[in-house]
Amino acid sequence: MQLRTVLHRRFRDESGTEFIYLANSAAILALDEPTAAVVDAFVTEDGVDSEPWLKEQAKPSASELTLNDLIDLGAIRPVDETPAPRADLPPMPFPLATLVLNVTNKCNLSCTYCYEYGEDKLFDESTAGKALMDEKTARDSIDFLMRSSGDRPQVSITFFGGETLLNFEAIKTAVLYAEEQGAQNAKRVHYSLTTNATLLTDDIVDFLTTHRFGITVSIDGDKDEQDRHRSYKSGKGSYEVMEPRIKNLIKKNKERNGRPIGARVTVTAGATPVVDTYRYLAGELGFDEVGFAPVTAGLGRDYALGEQGYERLLHEFGVLGEEYVEAAGRGESHGFSNLGDLVRELHQGVNKAHPCGAGLGLVGVSTEGEIGLCHRFVESKSHSIGTVQEGLDEKARAEFLAQAHIDKKTDCAQCFARPLCAGGCYHEAHVRYGKATAANLHYCDWIRGFIDLGLKSYGRIQATNPAFLARFDQ
Amino acid sequence: MSDSQDNPITDEPELEQEPARKQPRIIACNQKARQLATMVLARRGAARALTQDPPPTQYPYGCTTVFAPGWEVDSGNGTHGLCQPIERDLYDCYHTCYWPAQVPDGVTNAPSWTSSCGAPMQDWKSIDLVFP
Repeated sequence: MQLRTVLHRRFRDESGTEFIYLANSAAILALDEPTAAVVDAFVTEDGVDSEPWLKEQAKPSASELTLNDLIDLGAIRPVDETPAPRADLPPMPFPLATLVLNVTNKCNLSCTYCYEYGEDKLFDESTAGKALMDEKTARDSIDFLMRSSGDRPQVSITFFGGETLLNFEAIKTAVLYAEEQGAQNAKRVHYSLTTNATLLTDDIVDFLTTHRFGITVSIDGDKDEQDRHRSYKSGKGSYEVMEPRIKNLIKKNKERNGRPIGARVTVTAGATPVVDTYRYLAGELGFDEVGFAPVTAGLGRDYALGEQGYERLLHEFGVLGEEYVEAAGRGESHGFSNLGDLVRELHQGVNKAHPCGAGLGLVGVSTEGEIGLCHRFVESKSHSIGTVQEGLDEKARAEFLAQAHIDKKTDCAQCFARPLCAGGCYHEAHVRYGKATAANLHYCDWIRGFIDLGLKSYGRIQATNPAFLARFDQ
Repeated sequence: MSDSQDNPITDEPELEQEPARKQPRIIACNQKARQLATMVLARRGAARALTQDPPPTQYPYGCTTVFAPGWEVDSGNGTHGLCQPIERDLYDCYHTCYWPAQVPDGVTNAPSWTSSCGAPMQDWKSIDLVFP
C-alpha cells in the first residue's frame, strides 16, 4: 500500500523531544526517535510502498507496530485516500453567542490608521446611520439576542464604536435591560467593551466594574508611541488625557476583583517596540493582558507593516514568548495574550472551518439595528445579514458562510496552519482584496511564523510543566 | 535564576534516583490527540474476544451491550447456561440488531413471520419457516 505522512508541522523542544502537529485533526503528538524517523520516512508526494519498506527495517515487527499506530492516529494515510468530508456548516440557524453593539460610529480621536472612516470603503457618509444608537434599538438588540441564541445558557454583549463611551447612555440601557431579560430567559449575560479610555469618568468606571465588564483599552504604548498615531482631530496627542484615567480604572478594577483588563496595541510600520511596549503597559500601567495586532491597511499605506516589519514583530514576539514559557514553567500566568490565546487553541486542538465566529456565533449591530458579519462590517450594505428588528437573513448568512469555508480557499489547501488561521480575517481580506471571503495571502509567512512560535512554546511547556496546560482544558 | 527554577523536580530529589523510564512511542499531548487516542484504543479493543485476558474494558455499541448469548459461547467457553431454545436469539437479531443475513426480512418480504409466536420460550415451534 502506498502511504504518506499527511499535511503536518514537525518541531522539537530544547531537550530534543520530537513533536508533530497534524493539520487534519489539529492533534499534537510527541514521538520517540524511531517513531519520528518513521514519520519522516513517509514524507513524500507519491507515497512509499509499506510492504517492501517494512522488510528493509532492522526490526520489521516493531516498525509495523509503529506504522499501524501512526496510520490509526491519522498521521500516515494511504496516498489515494479521499479525505473524510468536512461538515459544510453546523446545523443552521446556528444559535448566537455574542452580539457586538456599535453604539456609535463617531470618535473623539482621529487615529491616523483607523479603518472606520474610509480605509475599508464600507462607511459611506451619504448613507451612514445615526451617529448614536438610540435606547429602543439597544433594547431591540437585546431581544434579538435572547431569541436568536437558542438554548445557550450564557451569552455575551460587546460594546464597540467609534469611541464606545460617547454613547454611555445606550450602554447603560442595554445592560439594565439585558439583566432583566437574561433573568427571564434563564441566560447569564457577560459584558465587554473596547474604549480609548479618554472618557472614563469615575461614574463610568463604577458602572463597568459593578457589572463585571471585560474591558479592552486601545492604546499604543508610552507617550511617544501613543501620540504618534492616536491623536485628537486637532493633532494633539491623547496620552495625557488617557493615562490618569487608565490608572484609575485599573486600580478600581483590582480593588473590586474585576475581570482582567487588556490593552490592545495596533502595530504599525516604523518600529513599534513590542517588548518595551509590553513592559510599559503590563509593568508601569498594570494591564493584566497585552495583545498586539498588526494594523489593517490597504496597499501603499505608509503605516502598513512591510515584510521587515513582520519579521521584526515575530522576533519581538519570540522574546515575550520566552518569558511566557518561563512563567508557565513556574505555573504562573503571563500577560502576553497573543501567545496565551494561541497556546490555548493549540492545547484544545481547535480546527477551524471558518477563521472566526463572525456571522456564525457572533454578529455586529449598527447604530440603527442593521446586522453585519461583525463590528467591522456594520453599515456595509453589501455585507448586511438582517436587522435586529426583523431578525437574521438566514439565506444571506448561510451563503456567506458557505463561501467563506476553508475548503473553498484552495490557496490554503497545503498549509499546516489552516486549522488555526483558516484564511484569516474577513475584514482584512476585504480591505486588501476587496473580497471578504478571500484568503489573506499577504501575511502567510507571518501567521506560519507565529504558529511555529506557538508550537515550540507548547512543546517546551509540555516538557517543563504540563500541569500548566490543564487550565485550557475544555 | 535559582536552581529550583532551572529544574522543576529538584524539590523532589528522590525522583532523580528512579531509573529513566522508557519513553512511549507516541504521547498524545493536546486534547484533540487524546480524543483520537481514546478512539483508536476503543476501536482496537472492540476486536478483542470477551474471553481474552485481560478482558476488554470497553464494549462496542450494539447487541452485545445486553446479555443475550445464543449460538456463541459464554465467558467460560461453555454453552450450558445459554438461553434455551436458541431461537430466542432470532428475536435479538430481529428487533434489537437487524441482521438481514440471519433473520427473515420482516419489513417487506415476511412481515408476519413471528406473528403466531408471542413467547418463543414456549411456542418457538410456531415461528413460520421462511424460504428466501
